[in-house]
Amino acid sequence: MSASPHALAQPAGVTASPVREASQRPHVTIRGLNKRFDNTIVYDDFNLDIPRGELISVFGPNGCGKSTLINMIAGLVAADSGQILFDGRRLDEIKFGYVFQNYREALFPWMRAFDNIAYPLKLMRVPAAGRRARTEKLVAHLSIKLDLGLYPYQMSGGQQQLVSILRALVVEPEILFLDEPFSALDYEMTLFMREQLQRIYLETRTTTILVSHDLEEAVFLADRILLLSRHPARIAAFTPVAVARPRTDATLSNADFVRTKAACLDVFQREVRRP
Amino acid sequence: MTPNKGEAFLPIVGVAGLLAIWSLATALQWVDPVLLPSPAATFDSLWRGMDGGPLGFDFVKTVYRTAAATLIAAVIAIPLGIVLGSSEKLYRSLEFVIDFFRSTPASAMFPLFLILFGVGDETKISVAAFGAILVILFNVAYGVMNARKTRLLAAKVMGASRLRVLFDVMLLESLPQTFVGLRNGVSLALVIIVVAEMFIGSQDGLGHSVFEAQQLFDMRRMYAAIFAAGALGYGLNLLFLLVERRFVHWSGK
Repeated sequence: MSASPHALAQPAGVTASPVREASQRPHVTIRGLNKRFDNTIVYDDFNLDIPRGELISVFGPNGCGKSTLINMIAGLVAADSGQILFDGRRLDEIKFGYVFQNYREALFPWMRAFDNIAYPLKLMRVPAAGRRARTEKLVAHLSIKLDLGLYPYQMSGGQQQLVSILRALVVEPEILFLDEPFSALDYEMTLFMREQLQRIYLETRTTTILVSHDLEEAVFLADRILLLSRHPARIAAFTPVAVARPRTDATLSNADFVRTKAACLDVFQREVRRP
Repeated sequence: MTPNKGEAFLPIVGVAGLLAIWSLATALQWVDPVLLPSPAATFDSLWRGMDGGPLGFDFVKTVYRTAAATLIAAVIAIPLGIVLGSSEKLYRSLEFVIDFFRSTPASAMFPLFLILFGVGDETKISVAAFGAILVILFNVAYGVMNARKTRLLAAKVMGASRLRVLFDVMLLESLPQTFVGLRNGVSLALVIIVVAEMFIGSQDGLGHSVFEAQQLFDMRRMYAAIFAAGALGYGLNLLFLLVERRFVHWSGK
């Protein structure tokens, strides 16, 4: 079996627990996580290891706490108790990026796209010349074709979300969070954005956690899919996606892809029907 | 898909209609010509009054007082509104007081301000500023309070401090609403100034001009002064709209 950090060489199909190379320590470790909203227990003693350098899609029934999970990991929502560590370090000791679903409200409309992307560097007190250089380097490195002199409201939804993603990446994060980033876009734009995100991922190999409500998208983008049960959320499956990258439109009819997606759908249906 | 060229002229239709009815009314003597002079006579009076005449002098006086009142109001109300808006508890505890005085007709304050400041310009300007302050304050505070939560969260998640969030996000988020406040504030200031010029032993200003023309039964001059006041109000509103479009380019987008 390949020692690559990705599960590409593994056989297709669904396994309840992922095969992990012994040499590889997990990037994120979640232990004893508890969270309740009013009378609803969303997480009850939840444990999870997230492997390094992989793109993980989080999928599950409506209201199961997909977004709550990444928001707790990213510090937007406080957990009631439990521990989340990144290589043993706390969140405030690492650099991370977060992409919101609602790009329209997450970008700053008074700044041009370029200044939006560079803004986190300003917070880090990087001088203007350095901000410019790093932003230009990032855009060139990812060969993104965008007019960065435009204001967000002059751009299409997909372009705005691309700017959001670049803004999250400009700090060279150890981990990238995306909360349903494409769900406000039309299907055509979604297909385009999947391709962009995959390219960005392949270029940077940043550990990425993506919440999606679209199973096709979740499987298409993921190295592994984290399937959650209804609340209190358990890990229903943590399934590797053994489909070679780069994935294209043809992947959608690839046998391994279709089988993985069907297996995930089975797990999902079982969880939804569970009393 | 170019819009019909004729549509650009639609706003003129109302003006032309009004002038036509007015001309007809004076030509056919529907109304006593002493009470309603013809449009030509009125605009002749307006032109001659504004072109180096006394009306122009009164116009400038009113512009000065309105501008001074609005400027004072903005300087006081904008920082205060930001402070109030950034703390919901503080705002809630002062909301009733602000709403109460905002709802109090500023003209009811004239006697009080007359005692405080005498009969000079200070009284007129300070009463107008008082009215405008509350309008601007209220709007700025609401603009800050209603800043998009996602945007604040986005800044926070990128590591912005509370102060940074205030200056980099909340302040800019509140700008469209601040301009709503400024536009309403300057309109209110003009109303108060014109009323003050009529009654408080005033020697000049558009309000004085209207009042004096009425006392002398010079109806042309009175209508001319009314139009001058109307043009001033419209112009001020337009000026703020243009400034807003220039500096708050993202407003409404």
